[in-house]
Amino acid sequence: MHAGAESASVAAAGTPRLSLGDVTKHYGKVVANDAVSFDVMPGEIVALLGENGAGKTTLMKIAYGITQADRGTIAVDGAVVGIDSPRRARAAGIAMVFQQFALFEAATVLENIALGLPRAPMRNIESRVMELAARYGLPVDPMKRVHDLSMGERQRVEIVRGLLSQPRVLILDEPTSVLTPNAVDRLFLTLQQLAFDGTSIVFISHKLHEIRRLATRCVVMRAGRVVADVDPRVQTESALARLMLGADTPDLASHTAPPGEVMFQVRNLSVGTDDGSALEDVTFDVRSGEIVGIAGVSGNGQTALMASLAGETRVRSDAVRLSGEPIGNLDTAQRRALGLRYIPEQRLGHGAVAELSLEENALLTDASAQSGLLMHRALGLAGAARAVERFGVRASSLAQKAETLSGGNLQKFIVGREVLQAPRILLVHQPTWGVDAGSAAAIRNELIALRAAGCGVVVVSEELDELYQLADRLFVMANGRLSPPRKPHQISSAEMGVWMGGEWPAASDHSAVMRVT
Amino acid sequence: MRWSLTPRDRASPIWIWLSPFVAIALTLAAGCALFAAMGTAPIQGLMVFIVEPLASVRGWSELALKATPLVLCACGLAVCFRTNVWNIGAEGQLIVGAIVGGGVALLATPDTSRIWFVLVLLASAVGGALWASITAWLRDRFNANEILVSLMLVYVAQQLISWVVQGPWRDPAGYGFPQSEMFAAAARVPTLVEGTRLTLGSALAVVAAAALWLLFARTVIGFQLKVIGLAPLAARYAGFTNRRALWFAMLVSGALAGLAGGLEVAGPIGQLTSSISPGYGFAAIIVAFVGRLHPVGIVLASLVMALFYIGGELAQSRLGLPSALTGVYQGLLLFFLLACDTLVAHRVQFRQGAPA
Repeated sequence: MHAGAESASVAAAGTPRLSLGDVTKHYGKVVANDAVSFDVMPGEIVALLGENGAGKTTLMKIAYGITQADRGTIAVDGAVVGIDSPRRARAAGIAMVFQQFALFEAATVLENIALGLPRAPMRNIESRVMELAARYGLPVDPMKRVHDLSMGERQRVEIVRGLLSQPRVLILDEPTSVLTPNAVDRLFLTLQQLAFDGTSIVFISHKLHEIRRLATRCVVMRAGRVVADVDPRVQTESALARLMLGADTPDLASHTAPPGEVMFQVRNLSVGTDDGSALEDVTFDVRSGEIVGIAGVSGNGQTALMASLAGETRVRSDAVRLSGEPIGNLDTAQRRALGLRYIPEQRLGHGAVAELSLEENALLTDASAQSGLLMHRALGLAGAARAVERFGVRASSLAQKAETLSGGNLQKFIVGREVLQAPRILLVHQPTWGVDAGSAAAIRNELIALRAAGCGVVVVSEELDELYQLADRLFVMANGRLSPPRKPHQISSAEMGVWMGGEWPAASDHSAVMRVT
Repeated sequence: MRWSLTPRDRASPIWIWLSPFVAIALTLAAGCALFAAMGTAPIQGLMVFIVEPLASVRGWSELALKATPLVLCACGLAVCFRTNVWNIGAEGQLIVGAIVGGGVALLATPDTSRIWFVLVLLASAVGGALWASITAWLRDRFNANEILVSLMLVYVAQQLISWVVQGPWRDPAGYGFPQSEMFAAAARVPTLVEGTRLTLGSALAVVAAAALWLLFARTVIGFQLKVIGLAPLAARYAGFTNRRALWFAMLVSGALAGLAGGLEVAGPIGQLTSSISPGYGFAAIIVAFVGRLHPVGIVLASLVMALFYIGGELAQSRLGLPSALTGVYQGLLLFFLLACDTLVAHRVQFRQGAPA
């Protein structure tokens, strides 16, 4: 499985910039990496593709010194180095941008960035940050505190931080999941430019089309082993998916039934926050048997919107209506009792409690288990078992803590928990963020099945592909405002990209579109 | 060879349980050094401090007696701490419970029914809960910091008991000492084992520990408190209200601390005095954390802390050492526990050579 000799890369000859040899890592009985060898040449862009739990992130964490391998070697420019900490890795010229962020919430963006750097005047760091941000299309406000940032903005900070140290090997774990199409283009230009300058790029991704666009080599992992090393530019997406899954990707169910009557109404919803207005006069309807998609770059009011719709933030009672009844002043449990369910963006700590078992997490949103004095634990066991079974959640037992599940598995569990309660309206924020292709298809199919069953679904996502696949109507959210609706075939992704910047046709046009749709 | 602390991916289950034991061992080791520094042979010191109290039935009963208020207070505090409510005023709630319970006890006469002591204990629990409700209300209404409020109310409670035993309730035949009359027999808590000072209170402490387990393992409110403590955002998502959790935790812990106070004055002490507690309410904070907020851990940790109280007294009378030794041992235990707890979330990594 040694990659070097058969590599399709243009830079196949010579000494690899980074070479992992025979790396094995066990977690208890689970083999995360099984004698994996992996090379990157100078200036090469390698995509590391695989399902959740395939061992991609573990392998890269070993290269970055966060995790220590049981066996195996790490060589940089041909010299074996003992990388036992991220500091040693950075000293060796390796930088990594994570999917899960390591930022101090109470500190500003600039302070977070400065922490990892040698001491320098803040003004110098700020100007370097601004320069990088402008060059790579990663807008960040250095003075903002991290706890005020959305997930997408936090990831931008991480990318800028990774680039600041001018690394020779840059590892990115799912870097594009929160970027607009235009920003992805800019990032890819940046990465290509970095690669041209000699930086090696390792790019962990599930997005097959991005891999085909960006990478010159694609290493596919499955169950802890490297199973293929191909040139993605000459592969089809379904061929790549087959390599990753070992079987064909499940197709999305097709949809024909027309939507029913209006079930969920949002009228002139405005929510203010400490630093200005989070939501401004948001109005839209959801019909039964309809999926409404809301696109946009995170940090544009999506979090506030979902909190107001789900009941975590209470609003004017008639701003939100379910079957005509005003529910804006109800809390989450009261709205849930009426059939409104919500799957939040953040899984650990919001959708699930990290330290509790799957069984207990199944009880979190189950009102019938919480009636009376004693918990109805049998309901939790049964609910968790059904969610695990139906979605193929990989868990060794229901007593397993939520934090021990991989991101994709936990998301499948949470989606399963909510879907099994047969909601009338389901709100989903980033349903497949960081989820492998197989699980993502399974989750999308569940949403489609819900629509067929007459449920109204609101999907807030940053992945346009997903929204085009799922939604009956699309909106764009920017600066706390909602665009006019469009049917997916009425708007191109390029136009969506422009709308994401907040520039859509004026309100007069809005009514015209409403008549059309 | 250099070493450094690296964060673990998740908390080490081994160290969560090992840490209190290592902390106790280190406390004893440091205690030996302390004995040596004060001119006592460490072995002799340890014999008096640790072994002697455990050498007789009477010793064990004294241990259980001292552990009783610690278990009660720590069980209440565990409810608070697991809910992220930082009540550190159990001492004040204990004292007010003693005052209110003592007031009811003073109403008893030699002719009063034997059942009167139940009223005394109920009154003390209500008293403790009322004192805690001041903290809860200020936090709920004005978002006042419960750490500061509950702590400051301890000093108010101490002044309050000092005033009642010097003023309105002072024993006229007590030669001016700051203490009330002895309570009538009907108001006293029944003895559990004849010939010892062990009262019904110790049985209540065991019941409290069992109830604590039941609360978090089985009940709906316990589940909600747990979620609120572990993940506030998930609690809001689920629809659990913080206000209810705050009031529940404060009232339960206040009632248990108050009960502990009532059991002390209507039990071994038998009257109100200006010094009814050698800091049980504060020691219970250490107990709660050494016991990992778990009922079994709390009972075991209470016995250890009780041993320090008895050992301190013995060290004073036998070895002529200052009784402040008890406080030093308690402090050492907390210190070492916090130090050892570092290893729950971190691991020590050794490496060769110079720093990178």
